[in-house]
Amino acid sequence: MGKRLLEVEDLSVTFRTDRGIVRAVDSVSLHVDEGETLAIVGESGSGKSVTALSILGLIGDADSGRIERGRISFEGQDLIQQNDAVLRRIRGNRIAMIFQEPMSSLNPVLTIGKQVAEPIRLHQGASRAEAYEQAAELLKKVAIPDAAERLNDFPHQFSGGMRQRVMIAMALACRPKLIIADEPTTALDVTVQAQILSLLKELTREANSALILITHDLGVVARYADRVTVMYAGRIVETASARELYANPRHPYTQGLMESIPGLATEVGARLITIEGQPPDLANLPRGCAFSPRCKYSQDVCLQKPPTLETISQDHERACYGYE
Amino acid sequence: MQAYIIRRLLALLPTLILVSLIVFFCQRLIPGDVIDLMLSQNDLATDQDRAVIEAALGFDQPMYIQYFSWIGDVVQGDLGDSLWQNTPVTQQLAETMPITFELGLLALIVALTVAIPIGIYSAVRQDTAGDYIARSFSLLMLAIPGFWLGTLVMVFPSVWWRWSPELEYVPFFEDPLQNLSLMIVPAILLGLSMSAVTMRMTRTMMLEVMRQDYVRTARAKGLSEVAVILRHALRNGLIPVVTLIGLQVPLLIGGAVIMERIFVVPGMGLLLLEAISQRDYPVVSGVFVVVGFGVLLINLAVDLSYGWLDPKVRHQ
Repeated sequence: MGKRLLEVEDLSVTFRTDRGIVRAVDSVSLHVDEGETLAIVGESGSGKSVTALSILGLIGDADSGRIERGRISFEGQDLIQQNDAVLRRIRGNRIAMIFQEPMSSLNPVLTIGKQVAEPIRLHQGASRAEAYEQAAELLKKVAIPDAAERLNDFPHQFSGGMRQRVMIAMALACRPKLIIADEPTTALDVTVQAQILSLLKELTREANSALILITHDLGVVARYADRVTVMYAGRIVETASARELYANPRHPYTQGLMESIPGLATEVGARLITIEGQPPDLANLPRGCAFSPRCKYSQDVCLQKPPTLETISQDHERACYGYE
Repeated sequence: MQAYIIRRLLALLPTLILVSLIVFFCQRLIPGDVIDLMLSQNDLATDQDRAVIEAALGFDQPMYIQYFSWIGDVVQGDLGDSLWQNTPVTQQLAETMPITFELGLLALIVALTVAIPIGIYSAVRQDTAGDYIARSFSLLMLAIPGFWLGTLVMVFPSVWWRWSPELEYVPFFEDPLQNLSLMIVPAILLGLSMSAVTMRMTRTMMLEVMRQDYVRTARAKGLSEVAVILRHALRNGLIPVVTLIGLQVPLLIGGAVIMERIFVVPGMGLLLLEAISQRDYPVVSGVFVVVGFGVLLINLAVDLSYGWLDPKVRHQ
């Protein structure tokens, strides 16, 4: 693997809500190397999207969020310390983001060409004509038929899968070093999901960009990620290489996730295996390990204070007091 | 597109016919007709004189025949003659309409230049002191009746500073500055009362739009906040605001009538008030037909502007 591109250390993000301060991300540390694909896996509310938005410095613009502490170092620069002008030169240029909802993530009143050309004009100072030419190239790259003619079309004239291709084209526009894809296929038909992910993977490899793939689907992770980080209730519970994590999941939550994937061998009509209990309420977390109320191995020590992330073998960390 | 516009224009006809019916018959229901008023100036008038005048003005005919002969002329562009001045109504309208149009346009410009920036500011700085001040101000403008404020502006400066607004009308193209010095006060009063609702609407829409996913996308591209607001949010937020502006046009005209009366602006409003008090039926009808037609046209223009603002409408 290449050299370290992004390093997040001890990141905590809080939100003001009607029910008090909620810590959506708690003491998260992770890193991404150049050209690497890191998957962040977790259910809704586990803090994976908030982590991503924090990296771009987009917390607090349209919400009540605040980065409480931590360091986000990207290419040697601590992004949290930077002012907005510096961050704006990084956003869309060095780090690009693809969002979950292709239907609503494109501006309905602007043409596709204008939206794809926008970051090119902004960051590379290209003229309108140059930017549109590049936009057409990009759309061709993401396999949109008649790319040049479709520059003048509006988002509503594209299907969901096509729009997500446009979003990918937009993200690739300035050849960023890091692309963050926040559940890029969740809103799409199953048949389209694989196409989009393969395209994303292929194009990021071609551009030698690193990719953070945020998903709740462990199946996706196996095929596309180099390393996997599993989040639960705002904290990282396990990190390992994808191969290692599949072969040897060491956190009870990860194990539960694995077991709940229905396989081809699952008997027809058999009950799906689930993790018992409810996802945690962030405004009202237990004092100890957030997973302890649902954990079949829970012991006294788990109720005292949350476990920290510890290395258990090479490239494998978990936050658990151990049940073996 | 052309076919669509023609279809829409044809669809205005039933509404216009209804307007003409209401206007024609309602004003004749006002107690005391025009001949009473004319004869009241002459104590010696007899019933015979009355019959002569009635016949001369055509009022001896049954009402429905009067209507058809009037509407027949209207269709040909002839709105009849004033019963008092003997001048054609079309000529009176040609003189007064541009003045009212100017007042309305100025008021609209005032309303939008106040409402849209403040609405955006109020949304972007939601729940700050500035937002509260802007909202309170707009609520105040909503609550204060225009005629009251207009009267205050006439009375108090003259009492306190011996200054009163300009009252002598000069056409715009003769002396723009002189003209504006008369028009600007009623235009501001009219515009401010209209801006209240528009500002609230702009604020609400911007608040909603700023939470949309595509605004987050725009931020993620590295655009400055100004570009995010003006290029990505505002156009989406303005679509319902434009509808609201269309709906406010009748209120604007109603307000103009009052302002013209207070500030003695010789526009259509003043003409209308005078015509009503004199029971000058053709003038009253003429003003209403023109105003009705104007309101319908403006709302058609609003509908057509959606095509420009909202690409989804354009492609349907």
